[in-house]
Amino acid sequence: MIYENLPDARGHFGPYGGRFVAETLMEPLRELEVAYNQLKVDPAFRAELDKDLALYVGRPSPLYPAERLTRKWGGAQIFLKREDLNHTGAHKINNTVGQALLAKHLGKTRIIAETGAGQHGVASATIAARLGLKCVVYMGADDVERQSPNVYRMKLLGAEVVPVQSGTRTLKDALNEALRDWVTNVDDTFYVIGTVAGPHPYPMLVRDFNAVVGREVIGQSQTMLGRLPDALVACVGGGSNAIGLFHPFIPYDGTRMYGVEAGGDGIETGRHAAPLSAGKPGVLHGNRTYVMADDNGQIIGTHSISAGLDYPGVGPEHSWLKDIGRVNYVSVTDTEALDAFHECTRTEGIIPALEPSHAMAFAKKLAPTMSKDQIIVVNMSGRGDKDIFTIAKREGISLL
Amino acid sequence: MSRIESTLAALKAAGRTALIPYITAGDPHPRHTVGLMQALVAGGADIIELGVPFSDPMADGPTIQLACERALIHQTSLWNCCAMVAEFRKTDSRTPVVLMGYLNPIETRSLEAFCSLAKASGVDGVLIVDLAVEEAPEFAPKVRSFGLDLIFLLAPTSSDARIEAIVHEASGYLYYVSLKGVTGAASLDIDSVSSKLEQIRRHTRLPVAVGFGIRDAASAALVGAVADGVVVGSALVSQIEKHQNSPELLPGLLRAQLAEMRAALDALAPAAVA
Repeated sequence: MIYENLPDARGHFGPYGGRFVAETLMEPLRELEVAYNQLKVDPAFRAELDKDLALYVGRPSPLYPAERLTRKWGGAQIFLKREDLNHTGAHKINNTVGQALLAKHLGKTRIIAETGAGQHGVASATIAARLGLKCVVYMGADDVERQSPNVYRMKLLGAEVVPVQSGTRTLKDALNEALRDWVTNVDDTFYVIGTVAGPHPYPMLVRDFNAVVGREVIGQSQTMLGRLPDALVACVGGGSNAIGLFHPFIPYDGTRMYGVEAGGDGIETGRHAAPLSAGKPGVLHGNRTYVMADDNGQIIGTHSISAGLDYPGVGPEHSWLKDIGRVNYVSVTDTEALDAFHECTRTEGIIPALEPSHAMAFAKKLAPTMSKDQIIVVNMSGRGDKDIFTIAKREGISLL
Repeated sequence: MSRIESTLAALKAAGRTALIPYITAGDPHPRHTVGLMQALVAGGADIIELGVPFSDPMADGPTIQLACERALIHQTSLWNCCAMVAEFRKTDSRTPVVLMGYLNPIETRSLEAFCSLAKASGVDGVLIVDLAVEEAPEFAPKVRSFGLDLIFLLAPTSSDARIEAIVHEASGYLYYVSLKGVTGAASLDIDSVSSKLEQIRRHTRLPVAVGFGIRDAASAALVGAVADGVVVGSALVSQIEKHQNSPELLPGLLRAQLAEMRAALDALAPAAVA
């Protein structure tokens, strides 16, 4: 099997992925798939997308040598892929720019999105403002509370933010609610899914729009270093920043890859958000993938200090990459991520979001096990401004 | 002939429309479910759709979401649902029961384990909301091999090609979702339902039940005039929600609510039955 041809025609990555939704959405998903397959090879569409990525998002993002962290941690050289420098401060805009262009080509006038940390919501509201589309963002009520700066940002951009009160009031419930909106308003509405989950073709198209990150790293490391990195590290919630970095590297066996899940209070406590590390295959949000569920098949509540990783499922391509052993999935705890957050901030003058702080925490463990001539690229998938209130609260500091 | 098929065939022969109520198992408490099923039969139910609660019911509106949450407080599992049907069968061997839910709880143990228990418990059919026909090639024959009917949804967006693929795998009856939306939605356009049913019937002789947007006797009669069956769910579940703290009232209330719809449907029959 040539891996790069996945998903197959039915949207499967091995046994994962597919299209598990109510009948009403099956035909709209097929139409989206057909439209995307036509547009992705259309030179005019590609040119429009590339122009937006360059002039609006600010691509390419730098591959930055973190020399002080490298010296501090010892071992392999640490490079950061600076997705935090993109417009809106995270990798999420790569995908929303692409999907909004799709929406425009399909003649849709309204976009909806789900969001956890708020980064995808902000990126969706941003592109909606630019294209003059109506935008509604669904966000778990608990996340609305812990990510209030991003909620306000979305409102400034003209989006309506709907707090979702059902279930565990986090990202998974926001996704349910967005799917309910879409099934109701499917004629004029485009659902901009923020991660590589959901029904086919979303895991494929969100991956494709984010894969610019990995392609840039291949070019940049060849130019700067004359070779490819020895290891890649990225955090995994739904898994969009990780797949964006990993996907173009899959054929390069010399590059090891590490996906870092949110270990919360520790895998052994059960209070975490690490389905690949401690879950089992199931069906959630339209695809078959690893999920966190109880013995009766009910999806269970997750815990992570990072709202963006607080999700009981994961993109189906990650499930496949885990099973075939191409990517190693590991986890770090809230405390380890927070330590890495401070260390990166103080040592490099870069305030990372709590999500990539998980990747940094694992890189800190990995680097000393490798030699000084080896290279680790960490996806700095977002900046941490949105998280300073969460961190201050956790550390007992009053900001007002 | 399965119990579902013979029930629907008898209704058709009598010129009557099937009345198919839905309630969520375990709502408001697992100990009430069998009594409520009996009340639905007393109110005129021809088939019962028993909802299997799921933590993430993405095709359901707020009413059934809350019903799932109430049922899950008491850990109502798929296995409990089968036990409830077995209990119901002690007093009712006539009324078909369809389990309706989402795939993840069903797959948690093996599909064989579920089918075998469901059949032994007296379940007649299974409707899995998030199981599209494309994902069913291995699933459907297995379910049928246990003598269970596999009911599929059809929607306003279903193309001729999809309808053809679905009727090929479906048995028992088809469930046409009357509108683009979630359960409990308000409006229903009878003209578009009627023309879609004509389109569906060009592909199959299976009976077609219509659900979503049927709240009372009037809407039941409207749909009953064109469909082989009407499904009523959220309107009943709202009643359960409203009286969840006085569950002793629920059997009488559900029975009365359903009886009104029954009367409205029977008034449509050419030779009105006593």
